[in-house]
Formats: sequence, C-alpha cells, structure tokens
Amino acid sequence: MSEEQDMITDIEVPINLKYNFTAGAAATRFLTQVKKGVLTGQRCPECAQVYIPPRGSCPACGCATEEEVELADKATVQSFTIVSIPIPNNPIQPPYIIANLVADGANISFLHLISECVNEDVHIGQRVQAEWKPEEEWTHAMDNIRYFKPIDEPTVPVDMIGKLPVTGLEG
Amino acid sequence: MSQPEVLNQEFTLGYTYTRSTGPVVGRFLTALKNRSIVGIKASDGRVIVPPMEYDPDTAEELSEFVEVGQEGEIVSFAWVKEPREAHPMDKPFAWAMVKLDGADVPMIHCVAADREDSLATGARVKAVWAEETVGFITDIRCFELV
Ligand SMILES: [Zn+2]
Repeated sequence: MSEEQDMITDIEVPINLKYNFTAGAAATRFLTQVKKGVLTGQRCPECAQVYIPPRGSCPACGCATEEEVELADKATVQSFTIVSIPIPNNPIQPPYIIANLVADGANISFLHLISECVNEDVHIGQRVQAEWKPEEEWTHAMDNIRYFKPIDEPTVPVDMIGKLPVTGLEG
Repeated sequence: MSQPEVLNQEFTLGYTYTRSTGPVVGRFLTALKNRSIVGIKASDGRVIVPPMEYDPDTAEELSEFVEVGQEGEIVSFAWVKEPREAHPMDKPFAWAMVKLDGADVPMIHCVAADREDSLATGARVKAVWAEETVGFITDIRCFELV
C-alpha cells in the first residue's frame, strides 16, 4: 500500500459537555404539570402576557409571574422549518417539520414537531393539536407530546396568532 | 399552589466533530500511527514539533519533515494532583512541555511519575506508546522518566 493511502486525513474529535441541570421553581412546576398531561403557562400581572414554558418572571416587564394558567393542547403555527438534513444522533429522520407553535391561551411560542401532515401543505396560521404518548409513558418532558398534527379548523390570520383565548378560534 | 421539589437532571451535550487534518498534521498523525514522531523545519532552521503548516516568521508554507527522537527533556511541567475524568491518567500525573531530541521547540504531553518531586526541569523522559496506535496524539500514551 502506498504512503498516500495510509495517510491520516481526518480525526474524530467529539466534544461532550456534562451538565447537572436544575430546572428551577417555575420550570419544575411546568414539567410536573406536563407529567400529568397538562400544559401550564404563567400570566404576567403587569402586561397580562401568558408565557409557556414559564420562567417565573416576565421577560418584558421583569416582574415575577405567579398566576398559573392552564392552556389548551391546540395551537397555531407561528413559523416553521422543514428539516431536510439529518443531524447526527438525532433519532428523527428528515424530512420533518419543527415549528414555533402558540398554544391557545398563550402569547408566546414554544418549539415542537408537526407530523401526520403533508409537509408542503404546512403553513403559518395553521391549526394543530397535540398527539400525546400513552399516559403510562408520561414523564417530566415535553416529548410526552409526540408531535402536533393538523386539525380541520380555518387558518388564523397572522395578526391574530398569539392572541387566541384558551377556548381557541371559536372563543 | 403546591411547590414540588425542584427537578434536577444530569445531561450531556455532545457534538460529533470530524476534523480534516490537512497534509501537515495528517503526516504527523500518520507518523504516530507508525510509532515515530515528526516535526517540520522552519525557515530559520528550527525544527518544530508538532509540525506547523506555515512558517511563524515568513508565513511561507512548510514542507520539510524531520523525524525527531522519542526521548527528550522536560522544559516545564504542572503536577495534576486530582485527575479529572477527561484526563489521560486516573492517577496523579504531570502536564509537561517536552523538548524532544532533534526538536527546537517543546510540545505538550503528559508525563507519568509516582511523585511530583521525582520530576524536574531538565529531567530526561521517553515516549511510551499505546498498545494499539490509530493515528492520534494519544498514540503516545505518555512520557516517563528515562
Ligand atoms: Zn409583563
């Protein structure tokens, strides 16, 4: 074999950062509710915005958020990306959709997957609903919801996204 | 509202990187795989180990590889009393600048020793090779006192 063929041309240099993550009071409360299959936000006493997941304070006003608000598991697509390139170690195979979704009753989006859909038909303002795992598999994690899937409701106008009450479009 | 005990979890954030070595570092690693150590000759005649791709003074591309010795001397060192998980040894050891015979600049590697006071600036050390060499800096498992 020639020296050329034996030549080292690349090396694997994985980086692993070990953390001990402490959720804090607000996220702990949120995840405890998620374990029961309930999405919970917190409302700011000053500006009345509802945040999910709650962080215990309003990023706009800076004041403590304590009032808990139970949210619907229906949501509106605020923005989305069709992922076509596989990410190493990610079990989800592309193409898949990751979206910013605003739960009914909340004013700010969270990230989750959209599935059971035609990817090319997904659009901003689309109505979706959580597809939960079986109850016995629920843990302290947002992936208790496998993904969100489209529901047969009219598209929400852009300026209404993030403003729906917990009762949804009809409310 | 009832407040549960705050949740806490260990997790690892991992990135899988593959790095291209290029012809110069690639040659150094290839030499390690074959249990030899190569440096490169700079424009002022100094032999630099591990080899650099460009001359530190003129910025010219460098290409004259030089095999250097597997023994050398400790230029400076820091004793690690409590090795961490990511360290190359699980007992106390030293990180050291080792100037190999035939090289003009020291390179960093670990030195195995029983006690800190058995090491000294100027002490002679030699490379200890891993049982299996793969083309990585850890092919030199460590240096030890001659
Ligand atoms: Zn506020």
